[in-house]
Amino acid sequence: MPCNNRETFLEKIRARTTPDKARFISDSDHSFSLSMLNVVNRLYKGPTEYSGRNVMIRTHGQFATALAALALDGVARRILLCPADIPDAQIPRLMQDGEAELILTDADIDVKIGIAIEVDIVALPRFDTEWVLFTSGTSGLPKLVLHSFASLTGPLGDGLSPDQPVWGTFYDIRRYGGLQILLRALTGAGSMVLSRTDEKIHDFITRLGNMGVTHISGTPSHWRRVLMSGVAEKMNPSYIRLSGEMAGQDILDCLHSAYPQAKIGHAYASTEAGVAFSVDDGQAGFPQSVPNAVAPRPNIRIVDGTLRVRSSAMASRYLGATAPTLVDADGYVDTGDIVEQRGDRYIFIGRREGVVNVGGLKVHPEEVEATINLHPAVAMSRVWGQPSPITGALIAADVVLTPKIDGIERDFSDIRQQIIAACRTALAPHKVPVRLIEVSEIPVMTSGKIERHHA
Amino acid sequence: MAMRDTIIEMMTNIAQQQRKPLAPLQDDLNLLSSGLDSLCIAILVAELDEEFGIDPLSSTDDHNLPVTVGDFIRLYENAMQ
Repeated sequence: MPCNNRETFLEKIRARTTPDKARFISDSDHSFSLSMLNVVNRLYKGPTEYSGRNVMIRTHGQFATALAALALDGVARRILLCPADIPDAQIPRLMQDGEAELILTDADIDVKIGIAIEVDIVALPRFDTEWVLFTSGTSGLPKLVLHSFASLTGPLGDGLSPDQPVWGTFYDIRRYGGLQILLRALTGAGSMVLSRTDEKIHDFITRLGNMGVTHISGTPSHWRRVLMSGVAEKMNPSYIRLSGEMAGQDILDCLHSAYPQAKIGHAYASTEAGVAFSVDDGQAGFPQSVPNAVAPRPNIRIVDGTLRVRSSAMASRYLGATAPTLVDADGYVDTGDIVEQRGDRYIFIGRREGVVNVGGLKVHPEEVEATINLHPAVAMSRVWGQPSPITGALIAADVVLTPKIDGIERDFSDIRQQIIAACRTALAPHKVPVRLIEVSEIPVMTSGKIERHHA
Repeated sequence: MAMRDTIIEMMTNIAQQQRKPLAPLQDDLNLLSSGLDSLCIAILVAELDEEFGIDPLSSTDDHNLPVTVGDFIRLYENAMQ
């Protein structure tokens, strides 16, 4: 339905941009001043082509998607942000489920600096454009999650927008975590530095430093990679944000020691639930007071040990004929994240679907990883279930060590014994890894999360 | 070291690690009366697989699981041949 009363993202950007403020959006190939930003006339076919239609944006890089999405907000009826790693074979089904009528690709938008095309800007009906995000499934088809301008901007009024921040993110803006940062930067008074497709992490970090990034977000796995990159000191952010995976105490402490001047916060968010809350006290988990928070702050419930969230930032539903329902009878999203009360805090234990069953006893890989990661020589770990004819599974772990200092060789068998000893002290016997494997890398998906194979 | 001695040594170490009191290991002793619980035996099987690359309990079509310590040792001795 056309709707004339909401501001578009582009109008919000313009309202906060004055010629004296040097605001920009850039990747390594392009940099646009936001005061000059006119994106509608970058669409080769003109905006009329997209008016009132459901458009899937599928470009190679993030930059083109950012411009296209800003051009179409308020013009299209629905925007579907297709991540770059969705294979061609899945597109027809996703278009059908998302009711997409056409695809906007790199061939449809001009991202070169300077304005190349003249189009007639006609008065078009204004739409309260819907935004569709893809979930980061480990296998099969991603789910399509329906958001609105209201749900996406809901979490942005939390006061985390100081004067002229320069935001960066290790997320892709076609994922919920990245889109939040893009919108936060642009509709606040900030600038945005995007990574280019296939840009190496040390190049991106160096560039973030050169661009003067002040605020930056990523998953704990992203941040482990930063700390392992050897160039972490090239940037000097004043605010670091973690989300998307549980932030263990080890990564919070490591970041604090690498960036002692930075404020470090971890946010609880998912594509479905939106941003539920953020924690800024440097401790893992969240204080018990959060679940009792009253509206307009999100409502949080713990049902059977699993976190459920209801807020104005959450999505409205999944799209598609066979899509499951998004919320329970009381309007809460079941996040699938298991929490446990320890003292006056709730600590994240793991994901419901990732549980390894050892002889009938449940093990959350994340809980074991949190213990392994406390070892000072460990940069990153991944716990998995090794098949066993006796107990069904046993706990095994891949371990990446921190970069060698001064090239001194370390003996992994010593480290292994220390890790096992620490696990025996902290964990029940069935949770202690029987196998620790030193690996050079643990795969991280484009969503920024550790790649896991659930049985 | 003979397979028998390796297995006895592993059983002893695992029982120690898992803080399980171990009965004197004789061939006619029931595995489940040895003091080793199923987690200990699963660890033993995994360690033997890592050491020798064999896992007769997973690969055999014979579903007669070893009952005694002697059965268990013979299963591995046969698998090594």
